[in-house]
Amino acid sequence: MAAGQSPLAQFEIKTLIPMQLGNIDVSFTNSSTFMVLTVLTTSLFLILGMRRSQLVPGRWQSMAELSYIFIANLVRDTVGSQGRPYFPFIFTIFMFVLVGNMWGMIPYSFTFTSHIVVTFAMAGVIFVGVTIIGIVKHKLHFLTIFMPPGVPMYMAPLLIPIEIISYLSRPISLSVRLFANMLAGHTLLKVFAGFVISLGIAAGWLPLLFIVALTGLEIVIAFLQAFVFAILTCLYLNDALHLH
Amino acid sequence: MNENDPKPAENSDLSELDARLAKARGQAQDPLTQEGPEKSEKGGALGLAFRVSVEIVSAVAIGVGIGWLLDDWLDTRPWLMLVFIVLGFSAGILNVYRMASGFGYAPGYAKPDKNTSTNSGTKAGTDE
Repeated sequence: MAAGQSPLAQFEIKTLIPMQLGNIDVSFTNSSTFMVLTVLTTSLFLILGMRRSQLVPGRWQSMAELSYIFIANLVRDTVGSQGRPYFPFIFTIFMFVLVGNMWGMIPYSFTFTSHIVVTFAMAGVIFVGVTIIGIVKHKLHFLTIFMPPGVPMYMAPLLIPIEIISYLSRPISLSVRLFANMLAGHTLLKVFAGFVISLGIAAGWLPLLFIVALTGLEIVIAFLQAFVFAILTCLYLNDALHLH
Repeated sequence: MNENDPKPAENSDLSELDARLAKARGQAQDPLTQEGPEKSEKGGALGLAFRVSVEIVSAVAIGVGIGWLLDDWLDTRPWLMLVFIVLGFSAGILNVYRMASGFGYAPGYAKPDKNTSTNSGTKAGTDE
C-alpha cells in the first residue's frame, strides 16, 4: 500500500455508499460516517448523561452539565442576555466541532474538520445567519457597521471598502483557522510516525516520544479550535446584535 | 416559620443570602462588565503568528476576489483588482490591529466593556 504511506492519505475521501441526486454526487463517504458518529456520540453523551438527572450529579451528568455551562457562560459573557435565543445553535456548533476533532484523534479515523469544505460551510452558514439577524434587527441601520462612528466624512470612500472587505473576510479566516490547524496537526503526526518506521529500532523511539507529546498538544488544539470557533461565532453575533 | 422569625441568627443568615443572591443576579444581568474570555486562549507565539497571517491572507483574498469580479463587470481588467489588493491589505492590517489591541477577533469598533449601546458620544473609544 504505497498510497497509504503518504502523510496526506488520511484526508482522502472514500465513497462508501454511492448516491446520486440529479447531477450532484451525494454519496455517503467516510467523512459523512464520522459526522454521523459525531452527532450520535454527542446526542448519546448528553441524553444519557441527563437521563436520571439528580440534584447531586454523578460523573457523567457533571460532564454533560459542565459542557452546557461552559457555553452558556461564553454566550452570556460575550453576547449578553440578548444572546440567549442563539445559545442552542452555538452549543451545537461547539459540540459538533469538538467531538468531531476528538473523533479525529483516534488513529485510523477520519477528521472531517480538516476539510475546508466542511469548515467553510459552517462558517458560511454562521456568516449569512449573523448578517440576516443583524439586518432583521436593525433594518437599514445595520449598514452603519461599515462606518465606524466618529470618522470624518471625507474618509468614508476609503474606509467603507476596507470595512466591507474586513467584514467579508470573516468566514474565510474563521474556516481557515480550524481547517489549517487540524490539517497541519494531523499531517505532522503522520510525518513523525513515518520517521519512527524509517529510523527503526535504533533511533525510532525519539520521534515516538515526540508523537506522544504531540498527541497531547493535538488534543489541546482540538479543544481550543472548537472553543475559538464558538467564541468567534459569539463575537460576530454580538456585533450584529449590538452594532457599535 | 414564624416561630423562627425572632431568632436573629437565622434572620441575618437569610438577609446575607438575599444580598448574595441579589449580587449574583446583578452580575448575571450585566455580563459585559467582565473581561471577555479571549485571554484564556493564548496559543503562544506560533499561534499568534498563525492567526495574524490568516487574518491578512483572508482579507487580501477577499480584496482580490472583489476586484476580479468588478473588473469582469466593468471591463477594466487589471486596475480595480490592483486597487482592491491594496484595500485588502489595509483591511488585513486593520483586522490584525483590532485583534492585537484587545478588541477580540471580531471587527468590533469599541471595547465591549465600555458602553455598548449605540451611544451618542461617538468620540468616546473610537479615535484610534
